[in-house]
Amino acid sequence: MSIDLKTIKHIAKLSRISIDDKKAKELEKDLNSIFEFIEALNKVDTKKVDPLTSIAETSLKLRGDEVKTKNIREQILKNSPDENKDFFVVPKVVE
Amino acid sequence: MSDIINLTLSALIDKIKKKELSSQEITNAYIARAEKSKDLNTYITTDFENAIEKAKKFDEKGNFDCKLPGVPLAVKDLFCTNNLKTTAGSKILSNFIPSYESTVTQYLWDEGAILLGKLNCDEFAMGSSNETSFFGNVESPVGKKVVPGGSSGGSASALAAKLTPATIGTDTGGSIRQPASFTGTVGLKPTYGSCSRYGIVAFASSLDQAGPMTQDVSDAALMLDVISKYDTKDSTSVNFKRGDYFKSLSSNIKGKKIGIPKEYRVDGMPKEIESLWQDGITLLKKLGAKIIDISLPHTKYALPAYYIVAPAEASSNLARYDGVKYGYRSEGENLISMYENTRSEGFGDEVKRRIMIGTYVLSSGYYDAYYLKAQKIRRLIKNDFDEVYKSVDAILTPSTPSSAFKIGDKTDDPVSMYLNDIFTVPVNLSGLPAISIPAGKDKNNYPLGLQIIGKAFEEQNLLDISYSMEKELNFKNNLQDWWIK
Repeated sequence: MSIDLKTIKHIAKLSRISIDDKKAKELEKDLNSIFEFIEALNKVDTKKVDPLTSIAETSLKLRGDEVKTKNIREQILKNSPDENKDFFVVPKVVE
Repeated sequence: MSDIINLTLSALIDKIKKKELSSQEITNAYIARAEKSKDLNTYITTDFENAIEKAKKFDEKGNFDCKLPGVPLAVKDLFCTNNLKTTAGSKILSNFIPSYESTVTQYLWDEGAILLGKLNCDEFAMGSSNETSFFGNVESPVGKKVVPGGSSGGSASALAAKLTPATIGTDTGGSIRQPASFTGTVGLKPTYGSCSRYGIVAFASSLDQAGPMTQDVSDAALMLDVISKYDTKDSTSVNFKRGDYFKSLSSNIKGKKIGIPKEYRVDGMPKEIESLWQDGITLLKKLGAKIIDISLPHTKYALPAYYIVAPAEASSNLARYDGVKYGYRSEGENLISMYENTRSEGFGDEVKRRIMIGTYVLSSGYYDAYYLKAQKIRRLIKNDFDEVYKSVDAILTPSTPSSAFKIGDKTDDPVSMYLNDIFTVPVNLSGLPAISIPAGKDKNNYPLGLQIIGKAFEEQNLLDISYSMEKELNFKNNLQDWWIK
């Protein structure tokens, strides 16, 4: 199976990464060689095998729903790429 | 001063406790050497002024009963450090200043250690040569233009070049053990769930684990004592009874059963690695261990399975870098183009490749064929280990299929780069602990490592075996300080 240029562009869109045609062609080559290597897995019969989702196969522990840190608005906003120090700001999304 | 930097971590601590050396003397010695070693490019961020200040405070009224009293340490730039830039080797985090501290680094400071700065690494820990870092290649002190391995390449290089007495790295597919092997140092990946992942920039959450990188096995035990603790901030942290690793170290391994897996004898493996492994087997026999031939039949599927599981988790973890709340932002006409431009400019090529692989294998119509399949293979790989651990206590393998290579040698072919991790990846997929210890050198005088894989949560056993081997191996890097300016 090979991944074509159209699929590469579709994956880039799903990944929210803009790529030009040159980059798309490079990725087509790289991803195909990586998937060729991955295809080896098809040789293994896994019909009767349960997937291993996590090494620690225990259910997550519950904890009380308590506030442990408060009044950290300034700390949270301090790394915001936008100058505004009251909110996170993004380009306008509604007309 | 040259005496200071030649001391192991445990020897330094001993001298501090006996007041033969002050924290200031030691801190200044490491800073002076780092200033002369800039060509290795090990540091992304230094915090020397604060380190000197902290050392002074320690000498005045520090607690000498701590486990790391006044010891200066540099750490991989994947650990969030409060108020000090944390980049993960990426442009997208090049301006990120955390307002909190990772759990494991906090444990270091709680035991009296002093932060020197943040060490270079592959971008988001994705790489095996430290060549994917936005902040440039790291050179290994073992040879000019030689890679230190990766992703904890800056850590390995700084440790081998004696710019820090010990350090911590992270290991998702071999990122502690492979660079340790390449630089003639000791690297330990603890059992998944031993060391908290809280505050570590996430790559693949079901595989990531922090661990010590040190000059010798005793130092690794000492560091593990500090960083291996149960932490409620990490939901996968395991509350098991930890050992008193450093104090309990024993070189008596008589009667221990060590497995030798035939599947690790791969095609094209250099003769010198084959003989290194054979010498390791002979040594273990001499030490009184029992050698047992074993089979881990699904070994060859570990790397392809890893290259589905790890990118899948990475694509999900890295979705958070969108230019909104922190990190680099590139403007766009609208919200979507802002996201796309930010991520296109902010991530490097290898990270983009892995996000794309991960997105693809998780996308509609491909999930069962790839992701679910890889998780099933992961089960088979873990079952292989469970089966052999009924008859052996640990497993001996080479750490890597080759010694260190030159910068630029493998950057054009992602798959040949991935093959570096062929012996380390099965361990992460199975959540097991493993250590790489320096055991010999190749024809270029580059170090070679042996890997010992243990049973889950039995780090003491792993440390004892490597401790007993280390005494006999008597490995010396004998570096010539060629990079010093």
